[in-house]
Amino acid sequence: MGLNFKDETFRGDYTFSNSPQQILRFPFPFHEDSYMYSVNMEPHTSNHPGSVYEKRFDVDEHYLSEMRDRAMVLADDPLRCQSLPHMTLAGWDLLELIMVAKSEDYPDLFELHRDGNNWHWINKPMGIEQKFVFLDETTLPYGPMEYITRQTQGDFAVLDQRDDNLWMDAGMVTTQADWSLDFDIGMNFFEWHAPVPKAHEMGIFVRALKFLLNVQQGAPARRLNWTMTVNPLLDTSPENYSKWGVQKQELTAENVGQKMHLRVELQTFYRLPRSNALVFPIRAYLIKMDELVTVPKWGRRFHRVLRDLPVELATYKGFIDNRPKIVEWLSKYDDGAPTSPGVWPDPE
Amino acid sequence: MSAGTAKIAVTVTDVVKVNELVTRFRFARTDGGLMPTFSGGAHTVVEMNDHGTTRLNPYSLMSDPSDRSAYTISVRRDDAGRGGSLFMHNHVTPGTEMVISNPVNLFALDLRARKHLMIAGGIGITPFLAQIKQLSASNGRFELHYSVRSKALGSYVDELTEHYTQNVHVYYDDQNQAIDLEHLLDGQPLGTHIYVCGPKGMINWVRGKAEELGWPREAVHHEEFLSPASGKPFEVKLAVSNKVITVGEHQSLLEAIEAAGVDAPYLCRGGACGQCETNVIGYDGKFLHNDHWLSDEERASGQKIMPCVSRFEGKTLVLDR
Repeated sequence: MGLNFKDETFRGDYTFSNSPQQILRFPFPFHEDSYMYSVNMEPHTSNHPGSVYEKRFDVDEHYLSEMRDRAMVLADDPLRCQSLPHMTLAGWDLLELIMVAKSEDYPDLFELHRDGNNWHWINKPMGIEQKFVFLDETTLPYGPMEYITRQTQGDFAVLDQRDDNLWMDAGMVTTQADWSLDFDIGMNFFEWHAPVPKAHEMGIFVRALKFLLNVQQGAPARRLNWTMTVNPLLDTSPENYSKWGVQKQELTAENVGQKMHLRVELQTFYRLPRSNALVFPIRAYLIKMDELVTVPKWGRRFHRVLRDLPVELATYKGFIDNRPKIVEWLSKYDDGAPTSPGVWPDPE
Repeated sequence: MSAGTAKIAVTVTDVVKVNELVTRFRFARTDGGLMPTFSGGAHTVVEMNDHGTTRLNPYSLMSDPSDRSAYTISVRRDDAGRGGSLFMHNHVTPGTEMVISNPVNLFALDLRARKHLMIAGGIGITPFLAQIKQLSASNGRFELHYSVRSKALGSYVDELTEHYTQNVHVYYDDQNQAIDLEHLLDGQPLGTHIYVCGPKGMINWVRGKAEELGWPREAVHHEEFLSPASGKPFEVKLAVSNKVITVGEHQSLLEAIEAAGVDAPYLCRGGACGQCETNVIGYDGKFLHNDHWLSDEERASGQKIMPCVSRFEGKTLVLDR
């Protein structure tokens, strides 16, 4: 796939959009006409060529614009990237994982040349060429985690594993669905999930933690999560709620198709080799309602999912007030026909 | 999904007799590629085809974690065991092709520690060998107290005392030398973490003393691999796969489940990690729980069993597997 990197914005004039090819590879998360939490983990193996599941770290047409947006967020608020002192080794693990994966998966875009600990990294799309000494922080312009995640789409939570728990001890978080690294830093798995409704009673977190503690080297896992976002904002952080929260009130029956976005997070989990930490890349994909309904199956199904979603979930996900407008708009694309199982579009 | 599915095909390149009881094995990838980097304290599960019986035994990785050319393990011969160590000693030679798992670490260093205080007994030295190499490369502060039976049976004593003269203290049982634990634990700087690996008695001794002296639970780490105990054969019904299997005298319940072609999750195969926890649907008899995982309440409930090390005696046992 030849990539045509778009020049677009996720703020101000919001010029973000998906090309027709990008729409078809959107990670639509609903495999049936309803939704409830589950520990929906599966092995993160390469499948569905062309989809976001094919490569370990998906690079798409939004790459350069997303990296520009991240740099702007960090310039305004450096605390979006933090790493407690014992997490530097995990940062090197992450840098190695991403550089190796990208250079192998996208050899035309990224190159990594290694001679012992003397490494040479080339990122062609961003025009970066860097020679450095692996495990020597003084040879990079940033710490290892910050360096590589300024060049990689998606947020990154780097979790230390100890005392049979996971600890949010490092991360790069600029494209988040309303949570804050600065607030969560140092918390354990149960503490940072405390705000999520229903799932605790369902025992979801105890089971999810048990699964994550046992994620093995060489066997990464993945799951999807989702929410709704008004305007194609990558940075829907609590820190900036005063800027984006009010935009939720701009939704009208007329502009749902352009303003309302389904936001899907592809969350993956990798065991890091030297530190035994777990890295949790959280990659956000946005799609406008106008774009989503170009796939008839998705239009039908998404109408049914949103219409029937429990109130607590619509409230937690932050779109309870706008739900009637969205459901009304989507209903035009639901003729009541049955939908096929699974997430993929029906063949034409 | 079985958690133990990420496997590596390897060829044994060296077999070295360390002393009367311990032999060292070096594994390189059969395809010539690099081994994954690992973290000190990790183990690998070695698959053995022992004349038709499949054995999967965990062994701590002892080589330098950053050396990707090969992994090494040391195996202590257990003449009274179920046969895994005897198979390694008697049948594995240079050139033998084997399958091992990706590294798994259930005994990781706490990288917040200001100092790592290591206490080893006998073959329990192996995870520390890798941790010491890792810490040395990053200027980490450590101190090892290593108890062995005698000079002749002190695996890697010479290598350790030669390279890390200031940090290594060796105690010989046959010279009536013993770790002065109370003073050792009492004199440690704030931020020290304790790691202990060795026989069960030693682990209990160190953990008990640390608790008595008020050490935080989070600062005391231990690793103990249990070998599955042998016992009377017993019959089990696997409800999900609709099979009735017999667990042999020298076979674990997990091994019997696997031998029946049923994919069951596992990681440590030593009763510690919790991965193989299995629901009991019905039983008439008594459980022989040998794991470190289930709580007393869970054992009393009769609803859970850890098939990697635990057994059953009685009329019927039905599992949700």
